[in-house]
Amino acid sequence: MELDSSVLIMGEDVGRLGGVFRVTEGLQKDFGENRVIDTPLAESGIIGTAVGLAMRGYRPVTEIQFDGFVFPGFDQIISQVAKVTYRSQGAFSMPMVIRIPFGGGIGAVEHHSESPESLFCHIAGLRVVACSTPQDAYDMLREAIACDDPVVFFEPKRRYWEKGPVDIGTPPQGSTFSSVVRRPGTDVTVVTYGPSVAVALAAAEAAATEGRSLEVIDLRTLSPLDLDPVLESVRRTGRAVVVTEAPRESSISADVAARITEEAFYSLAAPVQRVAGYDVPYPPSKAEHHYLPDLDKVLDAVDRTYAF
Amino acid sequence: MQESDQREQHPERRERSGAASGGPEQDPPTTARDAAAQGAAGTAAHPTPEQVVAGLRATSEGPDLVELLSPEGVFTPHPDYPLEVTAELLQGLYRDMVLVRRFDREGNALQRQGQLSLWAPLLGQEAAQIGAGRALRPTDMAFPSYREHGVAWCRGIDPAQLLGIFRGTDQCGWDPAATRFNGYAIVIGNQVLNAVGYAMGQRLDGAVGGAGNSASAAGAGADGPDGADGPEGVDGSEATIAFFGDGATSQGDVHEAMVFGAVFDAPVVFYCQNNQWAISEPVEKQSRVPLYRRAHGYGFPGVRVDGNDVLACLAVTRWALQECRSGNGPVMIEAFTYRMDAHTTSDDPTRYRLADEEEAWKLLDPIERVRVHLTREGLADAAFFERVAQDADELAAHFRAACYALDSPGPDRLFSHVYSGEHEQTRRQHAEQIGYLASFQEPAESGR
Repeated sequence: MELDSSVLIMGEDVGRLGGVFRVTEGLQKDFGENRVIDTPLAESGIIGTAVGLAMRGYRPVTEIQFDGFVFPGFDQIISQVAKVTYRSQGAFSMPMVIRIPFGGGIGAVEHHSESPESLFCHIAGLRVVACSTPQDAYDMLREAIACDDPVVFFEPKRRYWEKGPVDIGTPPQGSTFSSVVRRPGTDVTVVTYGPSVAVALAAAEAAATEGRSLEVIDLRTLSPLDLDPVLESVRRTGRAVVVTEAPRESSISADVAARITEEAFYSLAAPVQRVAGYDVPYPPSKAEHHYLPDLDKVLDAVDRTYAF
Repeated sequence: MQESDQREQHPERRERSGAASGGPEQDPPTTARDAAAQGAAGTAAHPTPEQVVAGLRATSEGPDLVELLSPEGVFTPHPDYPLEVTAELLQGLYRDMVLVRRFDREGNALQRQGQLSLWAPLLGQEAAQIGAGRALRPTDMAFPSYREHGVAWCRGIDPAQLLGIFRGTDQCGWDPAATRFNGYAIVIGNQVLNAVGYAMGQRLDGAVGGAGNSASAAGAGADGPDGADGPEGVDGSEATIAFFGDGATSQGDVHEAMVFGAVFDAPVVFYCQNNQWAISEPVEKQSRVPLYRRAHGYGFPGVRVDGNDVLACLAVTRWALQECRSGNGPVMIEAFTYRMDAHTTSDDPTRYRLADEEEAWKLLDPIERVRVHLTREGLADAAFFERVAQDADELAAHFRAACYALDSPGPDRLFSHVYSGEHEQTRRQHAEQIGYLASFQEPAESGR
């Protein structure tokens, strides 16, 4: 925001409160009410006015308070945000970021723990990314703000309290909108993103004690999928497990599995396995541990690739 | 438009006689003013007494319309909305309306001949659109719905550029940034929020309340040669105008837009063309109060203007835009008018409204009253009207020829500007399509 005066933050409670997760804490004090805008409580209003602001030359960074609240703004996202550039053949670009805290595991009430990312990946014109580490949260958000396309930016809310060093001085090499190997391995490729990266890494740690070497790949960019590192890995390991909290049907996990089958079929020693949320509404929080992928579910899937 | 795209033209045109509709008899309005007062409720297929009351509330409650030029062509100045009326201004507005009506009719004809897949006619709404359009300065920004052909005309857009959407060769045939006339919005009400956001940007840019703004500037803008409002950016202040219909006022986006517009003091004019019908639904299905009165609930002024009176539309919109430019926005204008034709060429209004309603509104025709005024006051001679008619014919010919000449886009159009930058998925699929098409080419040196 210091570097580019066209960057605005807008959303509910982002100003004086600093956001319900305090992500924007202190920013209004530093940049004022015209740069950090507390909006009326209206998601379509937030997204829809951000469209006009982007047309005017601003770079609005909108915050949706919780994943389940994005749907009132979904019409604007699918009908306008995603299509303005295409409709106008580039006369207007849409440099907008839509930040959405997503995923479960915080014991929240209904509508506060959902994984809607696949819905956005299905809409051409949007870029969809999910961060999983503090450093990525910083680097990827910077890239999202600099991007001339609308970026739906998913932040795993159960990782907000994780602390880690963040280097703000060294720009990342290349684009952060790319898959990255979080842990190298030789036996099974585990593909995941966002909140499940930590689960997959824990599973890899556990598998190592059983003599299995899991390679964990963090997709980071969900649309477009950067699958070349995944395919390269699968060609080495011959086994793939996709891990995501989102429901399984018509999902990113479906796409990853299909693409691996299309493009690396003869490298596979076993069918691609998926560990995903069930195809049910997000459950009451006291039952969410039955819903969320955990270490043992990932290890079971690894076992299935060996049992084939 | 959304629903009607799929709707087939009803093959049987229903009998228009009263016997076909049954129900209690109701006296048809005997004057144009009665028709306007009764609005949609007065003559629609024999409504129940409750519906009549609801309709009267929705259309007639509150003060009279702002009107400068009566249906009989008599000009009466309005103290709140001053307008310097010259022969040049009147002739320009008349010409605009005639030309716009002419190519609009051509749009219908082209659809009937299979040249367009759809046309959204503006017949009857020429004054509402030309009045508002001519009140805009080049630096103002307009967000149309999908029927604003007259406003597009005022923004200097060649009507032929409107054809791409309806012929299926493009989704926006003009440069919306350069013309400051956004692409047509088809999802009802979306554009009103986008307009408010743009207006919020104008305020953040400091393009509101610039030096030279004063109340006296309202209505005093120098008219350009064709009746366009003042010179570009005379005081560095800008405003935004959002166009929407009576049906859109029921949409959440329009409500949210008015909330945002109000709390951020956005320099935006909410310009509702109440043409009485949202496809088949009359105004009383949208509101229990006159639409302009909703503005008061948001905390900004709402004005109802005779939408068939181009002078009133011009004067009130000019005032409203100046209010916005000087920092007193938003303002809502309800242009009380009537859609004389179908919602789109896929629609069949004989299924939901009676001929006498249309006949009554014909007496309020926006073009005729200017013609009568010009003639009565000796402000235009026969040669002028003949020249305008000739210009209209020439425009129609141009419009038609341009329609035939519109090329279908090639396969590259699928992939162009989906994103503003590199996108791996689009790049690969574009290459895939090129390869697919190339597979139909004969190899240059085929041995076979």
